[in-house]
Amino acid sequence: MLYREAGQFKTSYARDWAIFPIAQDRIVILGLLAIAAVAVPVLSNDYWIGTIFMPFLVMSMAALGLNLLTGYAGQLSLGTGGFMATGAFAAYKLSTAFPGMPIEAVFLLSGVVTAGVGVLFGIPSLRIKGFYLAVATLAAQFFLLWLYNKVPWFTNYSTSGVISAPPRTILFTDIYVTGPQAAASTKYLFALALVAILALAAKNLVRSSIGRRWMAVRDMDIAAEIIGIKPLQTKLSAFAISSFYCGVAGAMWAFLYTGSVEPLAFDINRSFQVLFMIIIGGLGSILGSFLGAGFIIALPILLTNAPHLLGLDIPVDVVSHLEFMIFGALIIFFLIVEPHGLARLWQILKEKLRLWPFPY
Amino acid sequence: MSATGQDTGRRIGDVVLKVDNISLSFGGVRALTNISFTVREHEILSIIGPNGAGKSSMLNVINGFYHPQEGVITYKGQARSRMRPHEAARQGIARTFQNIALFKGMSALDNIMTGRNTMMKSNIFAQALYWGLGQKEEIAHREHVERIIDFLEIESIRKTPVGRLPYGLQKRVELGRALAAQPELLLLDEPMAGMNVEEKEDMCRFILDVNDEFGTTIVLIEHDMGVVMDISDRVVVLDYGRKLAEDVPDAVRANQEVIDAYLGVSHAA
Repeated sequence: MLYREAGQFKTSYARDWAIFPIAQDRIVILGLLAIAAVAVPVLSNDYWIGTIFMPFLVMSMAALGLNLLTGYAGQLSLGTGGFMATGAFAAYKLSTAFPGMPIEAVFLLSGVVTAGVGVLFGIPSLRIKGFYLAVATLAAQFFLLWLYNKVPWFTNYSTSGVISAPPRTILFTDIYVTGPQAAASTKYLFALALVAILALAAKNLVRSSIGRRWMAVRDMDIAAEIIGIKPLQTKLSAFAISSFYCGVAGAMWAFLYTGSVEPLAFDINRSFQVLFMIIIGGLGSILGSFLGAGFIIALPILLTNAPHLLGLDIPVDVVSHLEFMIFGALIIFFLIVEPHGLARLWQILKEKLRLWPFPY
Repeated sequence: MSATGQDTGRRIGDVVLKVDNISLSFGGVRALTNISFTVREHEILSIIGPNGAGKSSMLNVINGFYHPQEGVITYKGQARSRMRPHEAARQGIARTFQNIALFKGMSALDNIMTGRNTMMKSNIFAQALYWGLGQKEEIAHREHVERIIDFLEIESIRKTPVGRLPYGLQKRVELGRALAAQPELLLLDEPMAGMNVEEKEDMCRFILDVNDEFGTTIVLIEHDMGVVMDISDRVVVLDYGRKLAEDVPDAVRANQEVIDAYLGVSHAA
């Protein structure tokens, strides 16, 4: 390995259970956070923030949410887009109905609203599993989008159906974080803080008793019930918390990324995109949610630019078809070879390098 | 091992579980017919019988997984109606399975920690913060779980995903998960199936120690007659869903009906 962990002894259970038990890992993650918080807004322009970093943060949040539900609690969901739309519309309704509400509260409350909706659509999970549950959540996807399109109350009776995020400032300051006056870097830093805090909370949940309950239900639901885990409560809590994350992701999408709430952005393709992220990134891994989101956001950009960089002259339509083919191939590859995705590959690499160059 | 027989005999207390006239059928198949027996506090009771005798069904009835059509189960002086398995767990009944039912994606430590889930009370927010009460609770339970890990001698594999462990160790982790709940009644479904002699000896030692140190009442199903006769206080024999005998091991060994059942005397005769 690039570093050695020898000499780092864990003398308490708290130390043994730390998220990053090895000092070098802690340094690396703090370094990455520092780069994300300082170097990115200073060194990159609005275009890079808008096309790469913001969608990465938003989709990481959605992937985190789906990973809690599908990767940890084992409940397959295709309703992610619908839940993101719920978050976006909840944020819009909350901020327009209560103009004085701090934007931070708007984000959290739209997550809470989405959690309620998620619980509602999670109720069938008590009786049905696997593909059948996926179909039931698909119903959530279509029903919710239909609802937001049909009922004009959600768009405040706007005629175009497309609505823009109202301008709001960060609590106790007059720095605009949403709306046309907000700077890209402000939005980015706000999103980064949200993602960092909620990712830490997600990690804490999955290493606590609630996370173990989710995994127990995922791995063997009958045995889980026999050791005293209530199946209904456990599954619904997974739906609630997962939907909370998806809702916050939807609010981020509408308020911080695109600046407008449009149901089309949250169609079934969005649900599949998030599902692909967690499959490629790693089911049942917090790190995997980020790796998957980064991979799926970065790959199209890489593919569009690669021919130019290599000096090849490939027509644009061929490139976009290539993108689909490469995605499909990758998903099949991961499902067959490494169902635990990039996160597991990273873990295997670390285990191998730990002993390198003397494997015995 | 026979020397301990006298010890345990002295400690055996009142009836803790009473199974009264239980009948269970699946459609036309009668799995259990009019089964009655009692389990006393601190004893080791074995249920034996040929394949398909209804032994596992009996355990499933006791921990609420199956609901018998007839009969009453009285646990700790309380007759109980239909109940869900997780309620049984909360009343102090834990069990292991014939085919290992561990959570394969989780480490041995997490599996055993999950066994303590009924005792973990902190709410979602405390757990999400992982600070203060949430963390304190995790650490307190970790200490208890570490004692179980110590007891079962599985320190070296605590961080290994159980799917990667050999069969004998998986059985041990499963016992650990059941013990983590600090059960008053422990149901073991063939804890020694498929083990070699050394692993069986280890498992016997663990079962006797659990009974001896924690005073846990144990009901176990086992096919190895040597083990059964050695460690049980009493033995219940089932055959074709009926009870053939309920007695101390030596009396059961001498029972003609039991011998017939095992040697396969024609039932028409």
